[in-house]
Amino acid sequence: MTSSNVPELVLNPEQYVDQMSQILGLPIPPDCRPGVVDNMIRTAAIAQLVLEFSLPTEIEAAPIFQP
Amino acid sequence: MSLDLNQADATAIATAVRTGELSAKTVVSHALERIATGDRALNAFTDVMTAQALADAVAVDRAIAAGQDPGPLAGVPFAVKNLFDIAGLVTLAGSKINRDHQPATQDATAVAALRQAGAVLVGGLNMDEYAYGFTTENSHYGATHNPHDLTRVAGGSSGGSAAAVAGGLVPLSLGSDTNGSIRVPAALCGIFGLKPTYGRLSRSGCALFASSFDHIGPFGRSVRDLALSFDLMQGADPHDPVCTSRPPEPCLPQLGLGIEGLRIAIADGYFATGAEPEAIAAVEQVAEALGAVQRVTIPEAHRARAAAYVITTCEGSTLHFDNLKQRPYDFDPGTRDRFLSGAMVPGQWYVQAQRFRRWYRDRVRELFQHVDLILAPTTPCVAPLIGQEKMTIGGTEVLTRPNLGLYTQPLSFIGLPILSVPVQQPGYLPLGVQLIAAPYNEALILRAAAHLEAAGIVTAAAVIQS
Repeated sequence: MTSSNVPELVLNPEQYVDQMSQILGLPIPPDCRPGVVDNMIRTAAIAQLVLEFSLPTEIEAAPIFQP
Repeated sequence: MSLDLNQADATAIATAVRTGELSAKTVVSHALERIATGDRALNAFTDVMTAQALADAVAVDRAIAAGQDPGPLAGVPFAVKNLFDIAGLVTLAGSKINRDHQPATQDATAVAALRQAGAVLVGGLNMDEYAYGFTTENSHYGATHNPHDLTRVAGGSSGGSAAAVAGGLVPLSLGSDTNGSIRVPAALCGIFGLKPTYGRLSRSGCALFASSFDHIGPFGRSVRDLALSFDLMQGADPHDPVCTSRPPEPCLPQLGLGIEGLRIAIADGYFATGAEPEAIAAVEQVAEALGAVQRVTIPEAHRARAAAYVITTCEGSTLHFDNLKQRPYDFDPGTRDRFLSGAMVPGQWYVQAQRFRRWYRDRVRELFQHVDLILAPTTPCVAPLIGQEKMTIGGTEVLTRPNLGLYTQPLSFIGLPILSVPVQQPGYLPLGVQLIAAPYNEALILRAAAHLEAAGIVTAAAVIQS
């Protein structure tokens, strides 16, 4: 299972951060922006290790809700 | 027989107090004195409860004089990471933001349990802000220093908890572990640190970080102290939705059962790669003492670490979202950008990470059908210098801070019980080895640790600064 949004993020990480900042209503102070972008790039690369791993469809998320 | 209060463990102290050999007031006064002098160099404490501690000690002595038994930790001074609620104190969780909160109205469940057993709480301990770190380099409260070498980190995020015990300020402390925050500081400071099974101990009254992975546990300088305190804190707690209702299983009575028949293996692959030679040598030393020759491969551990990272950053950021939005500059610069970016992780990544978690948990469960204990290094290296951004491991330059959790993160990911045991390197810095078991098998871990301790392979003498 691959994710199409990872390459997008890697190509345009500043744009991604700016757009998510708007979507979330989470202002990113200008002097924090480079650090946030760097961290986002790092997280994307790390996440890729999970996203590229093919899991059987029947594997559900680990947490179970008890009504 | 006079007790060396600098080196005595909690069990020895409690025995002396319960038998009337020593007063709790003497013990606690000594601890407070040690803190007043020794903590200047370590910066482990953020709060010291002098008056309350002395009052509690006097109460213990009065109970004994009246023929009562205050409990198995009678008169033992202890301290807790400052994310544990302490009645009457503000729960800082390593932050500046939390200074604005009202003081806690009651103790965290685990704190209350130890006090109920007669232990005397002496204060709150330094940590990485909101637990998001492996070094306890805190911009608001300062770095905590490693008692073995003051220029080096104590590890994190429970650095204060480890340094206070390793430095002989208190014999017992509590910390929390999300991706390694008990085990890493225990290893770097050369003491025992127990991260029990996820949900085994109540987290009620603790400021959380990433609920999928937050655990609490004790630090100490003897296996029996860890077993005793762990046993005392077990028990169902409806106030913590994650806390198990599985009945307590006392480990202390099982310590002497030995290791015969235990199937013990060394983790290879990921857990044998990317470490300094002495970290591997420490594992080999422990393995030899346990008669372990078998190797076992924990599959896809690098992906487990990645998934833990994704889940942690999502959950941590969500927890602090309102403050990130309203007052980002009140965060530690060391956590701020990481928390801000964590809020931006796509939901699909988070769900995939949680799905992978189920798959990985099932694979590791299969492994534990054939082994009882697995050994791995706790950290890839000894404590780095305070402020050290990069380090060289096995000839490769890597970022210091995230790599301290290299071997701890893939395992707390699935809530396995793990004890980091200290391997001293005379004239050098200590290391830790993780003893890992299947869920709820803390007793097997502690039995193996007791065997190692009796053989002198793992030791934890307090390092007293002169």
